[in-house]
Amino acid sequence: MSGKESMKPVLEMRCISKTFPGVKALRDVSLTLYPGEVHSLMGENGAGKSTLMKILSGAYTADAGCEIHIDGQAVVIDGPQSARDLGVAVIYQELALCPSLTVAENIYLGRELHHGPRIARREMEAACAGILTRLGAGFRPNTVVSTLSIAERQLVEIARAMLGKARILVMDEPTTPLSSRETDRLFDLIRKLRDEGMAIVYVSHRMAEIYELSDRVSVLRDGSYVGTLERAELSADSLVRMMVGRDISGFYKKEHVPFDPGKVVLSVRKVADGRRVKPSSFDLHAGEVLGIAGLVGAGRTELARLIFGADERISGDIEIEGAPVRIRNPLDAINAGMVYLTEDRKGRGLFLDMSVRDNINVCACSRDARSGGVLNLVRANERANAAIRDLEIKVPNSKVNVGALSGGNQQKVLLSRLLEIQPRVLILDEPTRGVDIGAKSEIYRIINELARSGVGVIVISSELPEIVGTADRVLVMREGELVGELGGYSGRAITQESIIELATGAGRDEETLKQAA
Amino acid sequence: MSATTTLSTTSTSRENFQSLMRTVGMLPVLILLMIGFGLIADSFFTVQNFSIIAQQASINIVLAAGMTFVILTGGIDLSVGSILAAAAVVALIVSGIPDIGMLGIMAALLTGLVFGLINGGLIAFLKLPPFIVTLGALTAVRGIARLIGDDKTVFNPDLPFAFIGNDSILGVPWLVVIATLVIIGSWFILRRTVLGLHIYSVGSNPEAARLSGIKVWKILLFAYAMSGLLAGLGAVMTSSRLMAANGLQLGQSYELDAIAAVILGGTSFVGGVGTIVGTLIGALIIAVLTNGLVLVGVSDIWQYIIKGLVIIGAVALDRYRQSGART
Repeated sequence: MSGKESMKPVLEMRCISKTFPGVKALRDVSLTLYPGEVHSLMGENGAGKSTLMKILSGAYTADAGCEIHIDGQAVVIDGPQSARDLGVAVIYQELALCPSLTVAENIYLGRELHHGPRIARREMEAACAGILTRLGAGFRPNTVVSTLSIAERQLVEIARAMLGKARILVMDEPTTPLSSRETDRLFDLIRKLRDEGMAIVYVSHRMAEIYELSDRVSVLRDGSYVGTLERAELSADSLVRMMVGRDISGFYKKEHVPFDPGKVVLSVRKVADGRRVKPSSFDLHAGEVLGIAGLVGAGRTELARLIFGADERISGDIEIEGAPVRIRNPLDAINAGMVYLTEDRKGRGLFLDMSVRDNINVCACSRDARSGGVLNLVRANERANAAIRDLEIKVPNSKVNVGALSGGNQQKVLLSRLLEIQPRVLILDEPTRGVDIGAKSEIYRIINELARSGVGVIVISSELPEIVGTADRVLVMREGELVGELGGYSGRAITQESIIELATGAGRDEETLKQAA
Repeated sequence: MSATTTLSTTSTSRENFQSLMRTVGMLPVLILLMIGFGLIADSFFTVQNFSIIAQQASINIVLAAGMTFVILTGGIDLSVGSILAAAAVVALIVSGIPDIGMLGIMAALLTGLVFGLINGGLIAFLKLPPFIVTLGALTAVRGIARLIGDDKTVFNPDLPFAFIGNDSILGVPWLVVIATLVIIGSWFILRRTVLGLHIYSVGSNPEAARLSGIKVWKILLFAYAMSGLLAGLGAVMTSSRLMAANGLQLGQSYELDAIAAVILGGTSFVGGVGTIVGTLIGALIIAVLTNGLVLVGVSDIWQYIIKGLVIIGAVALDRYRQSGART
């Protein structure tokens, strides 16, 4: 990163525009990348980051008049293969590996070494072993990919990029599925690759990561280039302002009134599944926002799913508003007034090839139905339109497929499906994952509003600022156990440091606690 | 502000166009086939021939309607041909009982329903793969059909419900009336009821459906029961036409025509996407093709080859057209 002015850029994208029928997705965007830098790309969902990266990786072709130079030479990227040949590698959010093949087979996929018709497995594995050692991977080339964790699979993708002699590495939200320890390890690797001269484009929503990692940050907004900040100029305020074009002050501000400790809406007693979740008990009060924090893999999602009846529990009792309820499946929970927002929006939440209207109404339609189970379409349209209006879902009409929306709008659709049931207990699992800043503040507003109206809200989140900023009280989980309470009447303040301390079971390196916000 | 408005209007009209293309689906292929055959064979565009096509299509339409429910949930039902045979044999036997011969209709429907429920139960409760379960049923139920009929052809020249296969009401053959009612009923269930929305949901994302409080087992049971029931109805239609039923031969490879109609109709094999109107068009394409090739005088062997190629070609065309419309 030092002395880059004297260096020649490895990549220059100039005046990049991309027009889809009826939409101009990019407008004269430029991006310059030097070898040995981590260049972050920020912007709300729909700002054009993905489109720009898809042009770089050959998935889209830019409009006429665009210029791409690699090592000072004008190049044409007209497909994924030509991008790869030019040294561009992309690590996508959804990893593109064949789970049933080995690490070496995946790394060499499509360019296998062979002697005549015979595949040269030993040579492939030997070459892979070298790359894996360089990456500090703890698995072997003949390991089957399906046995690897997500973090390890990312390493396989990176190894694949390195084998292809990539000099430009694009990483799209790589830390989303990772625990903080895995994230640290990935960051070390990114720095190492950078120091070896790799140019890295890092796309993320997480301010703290951008802060920690970037040498420079470019911001896009509504398909246009807003500007680039040097590391020395970085500040959360300036970045947020560039991204949204306005100030978001009081971003995490708690607005709701203090909850009523006398009124318990949800009481969980010794709920356990015998595997990932040890007997856990807690109370949730009316109007309370209860945060559940912990490292990824601590069992937060598992606990939530047990309470909601999505998984089978071996023990434990649940009471809602003082009355014992039998919850054997999600339907029982919903009928008792409890709903759960899944962390896996696309995999377990939405019906991607169905309309916004149907996605919003799928739970509530049974209650609206006329006799004989006939849909009440008038009511369904009303509900959908009201949700689109109230939650400011950006969509031309309610008949659009939900799969076509951005992450933030998809999340709002999923949330409104749950709100249509008028729950008394709302469990939100990573409610702002993969969601842009505008939608994030909307979701916080909704949480506050619900709490004010007396709903008990549980927020599970890996983003510490989010937990600290939204919760009245925080429970911390570690290895399947609720290990501590912060806020409320515990007498301990809710801070990122105290959460980390409980979550890891020890004080952690101060460095990892550094947060941007 | 005004720019945003224009943008959303154009994108809305584009989406309307796309949804129109999705709904219309294979209709252009059907129309082209009809024009083609009309030009080659003089007798194609006659009321009489259209009546024949509609009657020939009617049984496949009924089976394909049932198949649509199943494929929408992401499953498959390979057993409908065998179930049709078993139900037809039962219908013929019951129809021979003096005075209560009309109960043959009920018997056939019930037979189909029971086999469908067994399929659905194995798939919904034991979580067995639909392909395996219905492949097993394809073989086993065929055997049962032969067993019930004592491996002979069951005749009834005085079939009390023979009018279904041979008569018309207000000039429209009963077979066509039944097929039309099945399509309307299926459309209503899929598009206008909670059950229909839940069928699409389960096919689109079973886990999301479960978390939304949908009883997935109920939906699966319904889909296979419906497919079985409609196979029973198909049995009534076939046997009323033939006034006979043979457990070995009846309904052989009917499941393939039904699946072909559903796929031609644009229903996704992985579930969650598709329409009953598409299935209707798909079944009509198959019927027009069969009828037209006969009129043109193409040999039996070439009919098979051409039919197969048209199915592949039409779906390939559809994929190409849709990927072009998307971007």
